[in-house]
Amino acid sequence: MSPKKLARGVALVGAGMSKFGSFKGKSSRDLFVEAYVEMLESVEKGIDPTMIEALYVGNYSSDLFEGQGHIAPIMASWTGLSPLPAVRVEDACASAGVALREGILAVASGMYDVVLVGGVEKMTDLATEKVTDTLATAADVQYELPAGFTFPGFYAAMATAYMNDFGATPETFMKVGIKNHFNGSMNEKAQFGAKISTLMEARRASAAKKGLPVPEWDDELEFLHDDRANPPIAWPMRLYDCSPISDGAAVVLLVSEDIAKKFSDTPIYVAGMGQASDGALHDRDTLTSIPAAKLAGEQAYKMAGITPAEIDFAEVHDCFTIAEIIATEDLGFFEQGKGWQAAEAGDTSRDGKKPINLSGGLKSKGHPVGASGVGQVVEVWKQLLGKAGDRQLQRKLKYGLTHNVGGTGQTCVVHIFERRG
Amino acid sequence: MENQFTNAAYCEFLNEHKLMGSRDKKTGQVFLPPRPVNPANQSTDMEWAELKGKGKLQAFTIVYIAPTAMIEAGYDRKNPYCVGVVKLDEGPMISALVEGVDVTHPENIKIGIPLRSKFVERGDAETKKTLLAFEPV
Repeated sequence: MSPKKLARGVALVGAGMSKFGSFKGKSSRDLFVEAYVEMLESVEKGIDPTMIEALYVGNYSSDLFEGQGHIAPIMASWTGLSPLPAVRVEDACASAGVALREGILAVASGMYDVVLVGGVEKMTDLATEKVTDTLATAADVQYELPAGFTFPGFYAAMATAYMNDFGATPETFMKVGIKNHFNGSMNEKAQFGAKISTLMEARRASAAKKGLPVPEWDDELEFLHDDRANPPIAWPMRLYDCSPISDGAAVVLLVSEDIAKKFSDTPIYVAGMGQASDGALHDRDTLTSIPAAKLAGEQAYKMAGITPAEIDFAEVHDCFTIAEIIATEDLGFFEQGKGWQAAEAGDTSRDGKKPINLSGGLKSKGHPVGASGVGQVVEVWKQLLGKAGDRQLQRKLKYGLTHNVGGTGQTCVVHIFERRG
Repeated sequence: MENQFTNAAYCEFLNEHKLMGSRDKKTGQVFLPPRPVNPANQSTDMEWAELKGKGKLQAFTIVYIAPTAMIEAGYDRKNPYCVGVVKLDEGPMISALVEGVDVTHPENIKIGIPLRSKFVERGDAETKKTLLAFEPV
């Protein structure tokens, strides 16, 4: 079968995001407006907002998190864009990635020339156990939850299978967290934008201030092995293996390729994309790979006409540290079962051959679930344009990839973006 | 076609301490949870099939931060539990509570250990329901 192609090209000409974090007194619409205004300011040659013809919003569960359903028209109204058609897209933590895909398809179809795509989630109003319950509804409520699975639990189970099959250890996962916190320490939008060593020192200082015994840790790994500093959530996943509970929004502006230069001399083009679905974790042939992610990646490479080796950097869905390792294998960056060795060798660090999660990833940047997929795209857009500030990768960049997963892989969506010239 | 392979029917069987899946009448492939459609061939010609409840542990975790339902059942950080994915001898895999393993030493729980099913009762007379669990043979 010949590769799927868009009926016409689509480009990104603007991107913006709110800070990710815990923001008392800010609802999803407030965060969405912040991201939207930053996006407007980012359009190199400016954009008249009345040119925007449709809105696609990724959101997982404003209903349960905020008691607010039907949020797409609210986002349209508060950005001043009513009465344009506004659509909410829900595919769990892949909601925004799928909203982006729907927006791209809408432009490629010829129906619209200018489309706004965003994602938003406001999670921190609920108590942690209620957030856990809400997230868990993205699993199979009838056949997975009665067993006692939680989301950290699912990924922890994948981690035990992975350790058993390939020889990784809990320390491998800790090293992924250390790397992502290091990257996030250069991201002013990150929720936990601090190195693990900084967090460790802060904890020591806090103990000293309270007159408590000051814990002795030789290094970051020893800190991460300490049950009190880094308690297990679902063994072998500990606190610092898990992405946080977050509020945040991210927005990008899509236009048809033929008018892209009206907005920017360097539009970022959609080179490839893919999406696949799957059943519950126990329904799959493998527990150490996410088949839908593999399929989505293959579709995207085929559409772009490139190989995984040509991807310069990627933002992958590290909702848990094990997920990043599996992602780098599913996307073909490393052989199956070898991703953990690549992570330990530093291949995925900023100065490695395949930098992963330069933004700090979901782990450090934060994971407002329905916004994360577009948050990843904001980072790729910035890196490809050299606008990433302190964390800008200092090498020539042509292709950046985003990998967004819903649930444990019931939905996976991959996009490849290209800077030409 | 009226779909009889519902979660309600599955849970009713669990209440009777029967582990029931569905079977493709032509190919003999067994599905747990019971499925109305065989994804391999799209056949809807299915029948109920009782599973023996014997299998092997494929993946597991020890959950310290429990969901509300498990907290109500008495689990928490101080009393964590093991949940896993079990591959049944008949072929399918299922998610289930794993009892009878040492949750204080997860590094000693071995993937591949043989397990057998058991049925765990939850709730009082009015809210009673039966959950599928496994324990080492």
